[in-house]
Amino acid sequence: MLIRSLARWMERESAVTPYDDYLNRRTFLQGTAGVIAGGALALGSGRAQAAVSRPADGEGLAVLPGVQESPLSTSGETLTPYKDATSYNNYYEFGTDKGDPVRYAASLKPRPWTITVDGACAKPGVLDVETLLGMPLEERIYRLRCVEAWSMVIPWVGVSLKAVIDRFQPLSSARFIRFETLNDPVQMPGVRRAVLDWPYVEGLRMDEAVHPLTILAVGLYGSVLPNQNGAPARLVVPWKYGFKSIKSIVRISFVETAPLTSWAKAGPTEYGFYANVNPAVDHPRWSQARERRIGEFRRRETLPFNGYGEQVADLYKGMDLAKFY
Amino acid sequence: MRGRQQGGGLINPRWFPRWLKPVVHAACLLPLVWVVLAAWQDRLGANPIEAITRFLGDWALRGLLVALLVTPLRRFSGWTAVMRLRRPLGLWAFAYALLHLLSYVVLDQYFDWAVIWGDILKRTYITLGMASAVILLVLAVTSIPALIRRLGGRRWVFLHKSVYLASVLGILHYFWMVKADTSSPWLYAVCLMFLLVLRLPFPHRRNPALKS
Repeated sequence: MLIRSLARWMERESAVTPYDDYLNRRTFLQGTAGVIAGGALALGSGRAQAAVSRPADGEGLAVLPGVQESPLSTSGETLTPYKDATSYNNYYEFGTDKGDPVRYAASLKPRPWTITVDGACAKPGVLDVETLLGMPLEERIYRLRCVEAWSMVIPWVGVSLKAVIDRFQPLSSARFIRFETLNDPVQMPGVRRAVLDWPYVEGLRMDEAVHPLTILAVGLYGSVLPNQNGAPARLVVPWKYGFKSIKSIVRISFVETAPLTSWAKAGPTEYGFYANVNPAVDHPRWSQARERRIGEFRRRETLPFNGYGEQVADLYKGMDLAKFY
Repeated sequence: MRGRQQGGGLINPRWFPRWLKPVVHAACLLPLVWVVLAAWQDRLGANPIEAITRFLGDWALRGLLVALLVTPLRRFSGWTAVMRLRRPLGLWAFAYALLHLLSYVVLDQYFDWAVIWGDILKRTYITLGMASAVILLVLAVTSIPALIRRLGGRRWVFLHKSVYLASVLGILHYFWMVKADTSSPWLYAVCLMFLLVLRLPFPHRRNPALKS
């Protein structure tokens, strides 16, 4: 069974569409003037990086224009098949089974969508998702390590969170950043049950938030985010457990103290504020030393900071990571 | 008039058609056939190993609850012959528990005994599950007719009361595993409590209609 799903993916990999065909296909699929204009804008920006050449795979979702490759992408990893990345999700707002989000997330309306930005910043305001989509989009291939000891490799499309943050000019008193997910029982059947204390809240230290690896993702596999993956915009922090990468964000606040995050509230001894991937610090109920990469049979060793230690370990210099888990 | 303890007389206490046992066995085999087919056809989603392990664990708990239903069924229906299903149902519950355990050892951990042993010692939910499995193993082995006779009725009955402990441990094992949503283990817990309540002795109340 595993071999067959791998073979399915490898077929896609080998059928890499030439860039021009890719552009034509995109133009054909995305007939709207705005999107073409956006694509032209991104192409015209004269960035040194190449456009992503792999065909977008959104199974009918809108293809994102002008996505550029990024040197910050993780290389040498086999991508998790699109179908697995979009059908095996933890998104409790749509139910606690990992098959629930793909079953029930169709009721989420990701457009129109705005994100309120407030707190300790010079220019609080509202961020429209269309504005986000108009920014130069990059593909970031990252490993995703869930706290439940499974992992994937996902080609996200998004913008660096720092670029977004800069627009609102946070004050020096803003030491942390707080994120909030939509909390709407009409669109999200899961929030009718108090499994967690809704809305879902996550947070980062400011230096983590502006780290180049931290992105606000608006797509994956070259297309807009499917609802079950956190449409229209979600955080991706690749060196932390997946639950830090909060989905369907409606509010971003600059704050002075560490926000009380949803899982830390639900189980303070099990989930910390930092939640850095750390094979040496076990979850109280299961080991974090190894993980199952989706699509593989044998578990593999979990890497400190999910393999991004070279880039991020400095952020935690002198901290006892067993204490600040 | 019959008392409640003898049941309502709706069913012949000795009714036990020849087809009943094969049908019960076939029904118990169905979940296993389903999961093998689903795995074969790659229908278990992105993480088939997790899906198989959880599926088998679910059916082990369901099997235990069904096996525990037999005695109250006899009590309230008066259908004595249903007791002949208790042993096969109990053994099927054990079979699913064993497959669940094997799925953890073989598929999930691939015989990594150091990790498995560490899990048993350190992780409460694995410890509880393993304790439950050991109890069920002892009960399955002592279900062999020759061993039942050697143990003697009273000791056998006493030993087999530990199926209640195995069930409680199995459900606690489930509770301890889930991250936040305990609705599913609660459902099993409520069913088990109900089945245990059905075993409580009745207060001896006379039917007033029988009073002279």
